[in-house]
Amino acid sequence: MSRSWGRQDAATIVAAIVLIWLMPLLISTYTLTVLVIYGMLALSLGLIWGFGGILCFGQAAFFGLGAYTYAIAAINVGESTLPMILAVFVPALFAALLGAMMFYGRLTDVYLGVITLVVTLILFKFVNSSAGPQYVIGEARLGGFNGIPGFHTLNIPGQPDEYIWGDALYYVCAVALLAVYFLVTWLLRSSFGRIAIGIRENETRVSLMGYDVRARKTILFAIGAAIAGLAGALFANWGEIVTPGLFSLGQSAEIIIWCIVGGLGTRLGPIIGAAGLAYLKFLLGQQSLIDNTLIMGIILVLFVLFLPKGIVPAVASLWKASFGRRSGRKSAGRRHMRRVDSANG
Amino acid sequence: MAETVLETTGLTMRFGGVVATDNVNFSLKARELRCLIGPNGAGKSTFFKCITGLLTPSEGQVFMRNQETTGWHPHEVASLGVGIKTQVPNVMDGLTVVENIWMAARRFMPSKEASDKAQDVIERLALGSIAKAELGRLAHGERQRVELGLVVAADPWLVLLDEPAAGMTAGDVDRMSAIIDEMTRTAAVVIVEHDMQFIRSIASTVTVFHQGAILMEDHVDKVMSDPIVRNVYLGKKA
Repeated sequence: MSRSWGRQDAATIVAAIVLIWLMPLLISTYTLTVLVIYGMLALSLGLIWGFGGILCFGQAAFFGLGAYTYAIAAINVGESTLPMILAVFVPALFAALLGAMMFYGRLTDVYLGVITLVVTLILFKFVNSSAGPQYVIGEARLGGFNGIPGFHTLNIPGQPDEYIWGDALYYVCAVALLAVYFLVTWLLRSSFGRIAIGIRENETRVSLMGYDVRARKTILFAIGAAIAGLAGALFANWGEIVTPGLFSLGQSAEIIIWCIVGGLGTRLGPIIGAAGLAYLKFLLGQQSLIDNTLIMGIILVLFVLFLPKGIVPAVASLWKASFGRRSGRKSAGRRHMRRVDSANG
Repeated sequence: MAETVLETTGLTMRFGGVVATDNVNFSLKARELRCLIGPNGAGKSTFFKCITGLLTPSEGQVFMRNQETTGWHPHEVASLGVGIKTQVPNVMDGLTVVENIWMAARRFMPSKEASDKAQDVIERLALGSIAKAELGRLAHGERQRVELGLVVAADPWLVLLDEPAAGMTAGDVDRMSAIIDEMTRTAAVVIVEHDMQFIRSIASTVTVFHQGAILMEDHVDKVMSDPIVRNVYLGKKA
């Protein structure tokens, strides 16, 4: 089994490298960079929702927190390495505290959604109204609705004058996404990840097996926030400005739509959903005939109605049905199982 | 005599004005098999939930191997080495049988050994033909059997089963009796059960609950022939 996994991983790396190399021929790297960043953001929610069963309406909060942490730290430090690290750890810590409060308080499903939604709103309102000169962290003014411009952007570690921007930033972001993808893959194959999936399936059973569900959900939630934070920091470097809009509800809703359209419970789905829909939005933004959000809404409705599992699972099952001997054996096994079922039931 | 592995003193659970279990003193020795019976609403399931930590009792204490576990969370109780099966099958529907059992074993051993343990349990419970199937696709009896597998995989010294034979066919029940019989070699077992046929087949000491309290405690044959018990519970003869 481990050998086939290895082969699959190698194929993923090769495919990713080819894509990273070929995509700039089709789309400008400036646009690609943000698509990759959105892919990472969607993957963060795909991890905690699709595999951990935690529906977070406030993933944008961690994204924005990562971006703001980076901007504020970069102004104070004057280089990018430490701010990048902080941009991962601050949202993770924030999520750990918030998560502990929710999961140890036994909040579930809807209430969890409400709390995360409200936290995002609070952050949005707070940052939006921090224009006054009294809102200063070190040398960085929060700037209210104007956001924070003019911070030190990504540089080669140890060399603050060697900026990474343009094409180079695209490659850094793409490799970072690949690294995060494999981190998530590794996590899901580890005992922790497998048990997290168990929690998604049946929380009571997992706790009756002797696992502390609350602690495990809190940790997973924090990991998701760390990834969102990294995406936020990269976004700050791409946009070279951070604004309260990062915390907006629209942003949060969009992440959820990306995951649903791409396919929950897969690693690739959220990335594809995010990149695809964000690119579509970019194309639609070039015309003024139809409102953008209207089309996004229609897409979501159509997917929920006709392709509720999302693109990736649908394509995967189509692929299995049409190609490969392996799938043949599998379906034979399934037929056998069904026979066992009917014999017993 | 064998040590006491489970003991409750003055265990009381109130829901508003209703006293579901009333001052229950219960004790169980190592490797003992005990069935809890009683009419609907007698307090068996509430008693069960108080022991497993699914409910926190209003009054009284629970001791496991002389350690007080009153008010513990279910995962803390389970961590002691207590295997629990709830009334409604609690399994992970989206995962395979192997993955389900691996997860139960993984709590007490490293991943690799847990895989071996899962294979071992699958052989012992004759789950081989459905090992790679998703739980959601299985029949009720099979799901119940897999859930027993989850309990067995953790090598518990105390097993608590809430209606393990509910909704099962005769063949499934026989298999279930055999598994429970095997369990009692290493663990004390408490079974909450309605099915008198099933209780007779595993022939054990029975504790009868009535209106939240223990009515009597004796061997199944004596209990069955007791006039008071017959009155409250077996009036129509099972």
